[in-house]
Amino acid sequence: MNVKGLVGLRPDLRIIADNVAPGSRVLDVGCGDGALMAALRDYAGVDARGIEIDPVNVASAVARGLSVVQGDADVDLADYPSDAFDYAILSQTLQTTRAPDKILEALLRIGRKAFVSFPNFAHWRVRASLMLGGRMPVTRTLPVAWYATPNIHHVTVDDFRAFLKERDIETEGAWFLNGDKLTSAAAANFRAEHAVFLIRRG
Amino acid sequence: MEHDERFGPSRSVTLPGPLALDGGQALSPVTIGYETYGKLAEDGSNAILICHALTGDQHVASTHPLTGKPGWWTRMVGPGKPIDPARHFIVCANVIGSCMGSSGPASLAATGTPYAMRFPVITIRDMVRAQALLLDHLGVRTITAVGGSMGGMQVLQWAATYPERVRSAVVIASAARHSAQNIAFHEVGRQAIMADPKWRGGDYYAANDPPAAGLAVARMAAHITYLSEAGLTEKFGRRLQARNAKGFGFDADFQVESYLRHQGISFVERFDANSYLYITRAMDYFDLAEEHGGLLANAFRGTKTRFCLVSFDTDWLYPTRESRSIVQALNAAGAEASFVELSSPFGHDAFLLDVPELYRVVDGFLRAGGL
Repeated sequence: MNVKGLVGLRPDLRIIADNVAPGSRVLDVGCGDGALMAALRDYAGVDARGIEIDPVNVASAVARGLSVVQGDADVDLADYPSDAFDYAILSQTLQTTRAPDKILEALLRIGRKAFVSFPNFAHWRVRASLMLGGRMPVTRTLPVAWYATPNIHHVTVDDFRAFLKERDIETEGAWFLNGDKLTSAAAANFRAEHAVFLIRRG
Repeated sequence: MEHDERFGPSRSVTLPGPLALDGGQALSPVTIGYETYGKLAEDGSNAILICHALTGDQHVASTHPLTGKPGWWTRMVGPGKPIDPARHFIVCANVIGSCMGSSGPASLAATGTPYAMRFPVITIRDMVRAQALLLDHLGVRTITAVGGSMGGMQVLQWAATYPERVRSAVVIASAARHSAQNIAFHEVGRQAIMADPKWRGGDYYAANDPPAAGLAVARMAAHITYLSEAGLTEKFGRRLQARNAKGFGFDADFQVESYLRHQGISFVERFDANSYLYITRAMDYFDLAEEHGGLLANAFRGTKTRFCLVSFDTDWLYPTRESRSIVQALNAAGAEASFVELSSPFGHDAFLLDVPELYRVVDGFLRAGGL
């Protein structure tokens, strides 16, 4: 994908954008104001659709010409037919959903493949905050205090790997981020702030 | 085509028909009052059809001939607005059954007297078929259809009936069917009209003495459904009208009573009671799923039309769940759809009022479709 279109995109979104096949059909679940969708549309000729819960974000996305539907991933994914998209994307949203396991099932039903990105709750800073400080972490990737955070199902890289194994879900790609730098898979559960997985049905 | 009588404000055309109607009858000829603004592009790609609501008309952005008020949707249509005559070719037609120049109960039948209740009962689909005849006459093949409330129903019907003619569809504060509550409110209005002794079974035209009291009550009841409770409370509360104490009588003590009476009285000056009966009937009969095997998604199967739906959080006439069920059907059909519920204190009427987000959303959606 044309590098120019990716400037300013969040690092995990840049990885996703880099790995979506041009001209494919994409459903971005929790698409925010549509930054990734717009990049995919403008620079990779992708037919992108989105779901977003916040009406202000939806209005912004529609006003920039994107097809976005206001809805709740926990409820509204059920309306989408199977195999309707090449990719379903869930970026920084998994940990905010009421039933992440059901959401992942739905993603892999609607899309042939799915990109899932999430903040790693086992990153060393998170561990340090809990172990040394005895406090819920407030970090770069988890910037909100315990009482206000939208994150209700925290997950670690190893939790996610175990989940995929349990459900016979195949991993096609995995990227681990420390800030905007890639870090190795081996120590990811400790060193990665963010993870991006590309998965498909087993 | 320097001076083509078909184009411009305050146009009228009488087409031979016959227009076959859902009720089994046919309308012939079919007269349509309409307006156009802007110029049709060589490739015909810039045509926008605006569909009006129950008591609306073709004067979308021009002065109303009876009330002298500006057009009903000047926030949406006009220079620098989302729908702009400088860029778009805009058509708005009075629906059949209405009273602003299109065939309706006040029109003269072949007998030389007004149809009155002998006018055939029509449906939303019949209105849309008549608009299609008009567009054929204007040489317009494909359109973007835009409408709020009953206008939104026509837009949905357009997309279902003529999918190959509708490039994009904007459906605001609308529904794919009339609910029991919607029908109930309309029935109150119709009964108010028919209970007025001046209604005379619909034959009041010769006496030039229409059932104004009944129509005013119908309008008052309907008007409440267009506003939100919070909006009414904010605007009027329990404040008294030009007095310091309750009158212990039945004058309009409260401001809200005075306001509603004014709404009723000013409405009867511009609208025909029989048209109110026919159009509310058409809306009550509307159920887009019904004509597609009971499954709304079937109405949009295989469609290439782009859809944009907007609802308002305080609209209890066509609440958000109605729009959401349309979106569900569109998703199930794999259609390209956008939907947002906007926040506004104005209730159902928000689609006509100052809600900046609405115009931003519609503008972005139209431009993304190449308009």
